[in-house]
Amino acid sequence: MTYRNLLCGLALLLGSGLVMAAGKYGNLDQSGSNVFDRASLQRGAALFANYCMGCHSVQFMRYQRLTEDLGLSEEEVLEFLTFGDQELSDYMKSAMRYEDGEAWFGKAPPDLSLTARSRSPDWIYTFLRSYYLTDGGWNNTVLENPAMPHVMWDLQGVQRAITETREVNGEMRTEIVSLEMDQGGMLSPAEYDAVVRDIVAFMEYVAEPAILVRERVGIWVMLFLALFTFLSYLLYQEFWKDVKK
Amino acid sequence: MAKPASALAKGIDSVNTWVNERAAVGEFYKKHLSEYYAPKNFNLWYFFGSLSLLVLVNQLLTGIFLTMHYKPDAEHAFASVEFIMRDVEWGWLIRYMHSTGASLFFVVVYLHMFRALMYGSYQKPRELVWILGVTIYLVLMAESFMGYVLPWGQMSYWGAQVIISLFGAVPYVGEALVEWIRGDYFVADATLNRFFALHVVALPLVLVGLVVLHLAALHEVGSNNPDGVEIKANKDENGRPLDGIPFHPYYTVKDIFGAAFFLLIAAFIIFFWPEFGGYFLKPDNFVQANPLVTPDHIPPVWYFTPFYAILQAVPDKLMGVILMGAAVMILYLVPWLDRSPVRSIRYRSWMSKFALALFVVAFVRLGMLGLSQDSSTLELRLWTFIYFGFFILMPIWTSFEKTKPVPERVTS
Repeated sequence: MTYRNLLCGLALLLGSGLVMAAGKYGNLDQSGSNVFDRASLQRGAALFANYCMGCHSVQFMRYQRLTEDLGLSEEEVLEFLTFGDQELSDYMKSAMRYEDGEAWFGKAPPDLSLTARSRSPDWIYTFLRSYYLTDGGWNNTVLENPAMPHVMWDLQGVQRAITETREVNGEMRTEIVSLEMDQGGMLSPAEYDAVVRDIVAFMEYVAEPAILVRERVGIWVMLFLALFTFLSYLLYQEFWKDVKK
Repeated sequence: MAKPASALAKGIDSVNTWVNERAAVGEFYKKHLSEYYAPKNFNLWYFFGSLSLLVLVNQLLTGIFLTMHYKPDAEHAFASVEFIMRDVEWGWLIRYMHSTGASLFFVVVYLHMFRALMYGSYQKPRELVWILGVTIYLVLMAESFMGYVLPWGQMSYWGAQVIISLFGAVPYVGEALVEWIRGDYFVADATLNRFFALHVVALPLVLVGLVVLHLAALHEVGSNNPDGVEIKANKDENGRPLDGIPFHPYYTVKDIFGAAFFLLIAAFIIFFWPEFGGYFLKPDNFVQANPLVTPDHIPPVWYFTPFYAILQAVPDKLMGVILMGAAVMILYLVPWLDRSPVRSIRYRSWMSKFALALFVVAFVRLGMLGLSQDSSTLELRLWTFIYFGFFILMPIWTSFEKTKPVPERVTS
């Protein structure tokens, strides 16, 4: 009885954990990004360099590592991913100075090294697809009044918010029910989603470059330990023969 | 002793003699391993003691390697952890072994403590083993709390802020005490530095010392077992317990098997799920500490949440802190709260079984409530009441319940 209760308790504890982890940021769309897809990472790196690195740094990441992990040549990295006179051994720092960022946006653009781990890939994916234009400028359904304008609007197009006024607990509230494409961009919605997915994959990678080697090594470690567990079980059985008779 | 056959054997023999005449290594080996007789009926629950030791060694070794690259400096701490994760060869593995080890330490220690409660391992003559064990648990809590501050993420910083401020509830000297602990007017570089010193030098020393004492006390009185039978009561003509077997080789091979299986689970987490859904590594802790931005919600790490829930159950801060402290301290009294003539739950009535099961549910449920910021106060109080009720009412049901006869010898 005590055994079963304990197990039920532990199952509850673990179960609730999974539910909470999933629900933390509300309704986010699944990014479907794959950090192990090298082509996606390469596309993501180029997009990231073009659209993000004008303002955002990845201060913990060196360009050099991209050559090994993304299978790019040194020339490719220098030509497509760096700015000005940056070198391979440099950290991926944006050209924008901290003070300028504060002056121009009211808040210096945050470093994006760990955003995929602090916010989650799904959050970034949903965020980059949820910009809409108002009379006062850009807004976003994931992060209200963002300091960042929609930098990829030419790709996605311009969305507008569809609102509905409803009565909630005796109070009239205007809520956004959906976003509608007002003026199409260079890409179809599906193509734009794929672009964002590539950027998300790249951001997952820079948040934890070790992920590429971690799971690969992990399989071998698990196989070794499984074998070791089996052998140690046989050893235990052999030694205990004379105790168990 | 037979005459040594070869020069090599003769050499080994004389080194042996030389050492043993100066330090009784052989005696020590016999007393604690080859002639330490442990009951032969240990079950699954008896793996968690040796597993705790395994995790302790893991924490010490990986911790030493982490200190080689970590910088205890509010300016550089966060970046140095990322440096370990990215630029140090296999640094990510060492860091994940340490972060996963911290949580698994509490998993195995909680299961180890549950085993003791279930089989009455704290009863006479093992009170001191239990007291030393509870002290290890206390020191472990301090050790892990300070270690959690070191990566200097948002949760490190604000978690430290919340926990240290609890000392402010002490009447008269509270504020001065808080300032003394922090070494500054707020959690700052001075706090990080002293926590580093305590985490890597002071508390590990205390912890290892206590573990040595815990084992010394255990080996003096001998291990309990699932039947709660005293194996020393039945000895053969050579003075060996009939139901005992030498720890080495029998339990060493068995514990190697247990350790291997445990490592398999640990490796899965380390290599495939190191954040463990945000429970082992919190998302917010991947943001560098910022004294100007208070996170919406500052939950403690999962292993502290039952006590945090008890704190939340009381509206008055001082009373809450006292109750939270009492929730841990009351463990010290267990050997004297339990009035039962039998040790193991196997020979107790439904009352003990029900009480222990309810206690486990209360502990787990409090842990879940402590994670959330909008738990119902009523529910918090209900489970807090049950948590303390388990200890306070223990003398009553253990005196009155009808126990079953305990066999002379161990079963199975």
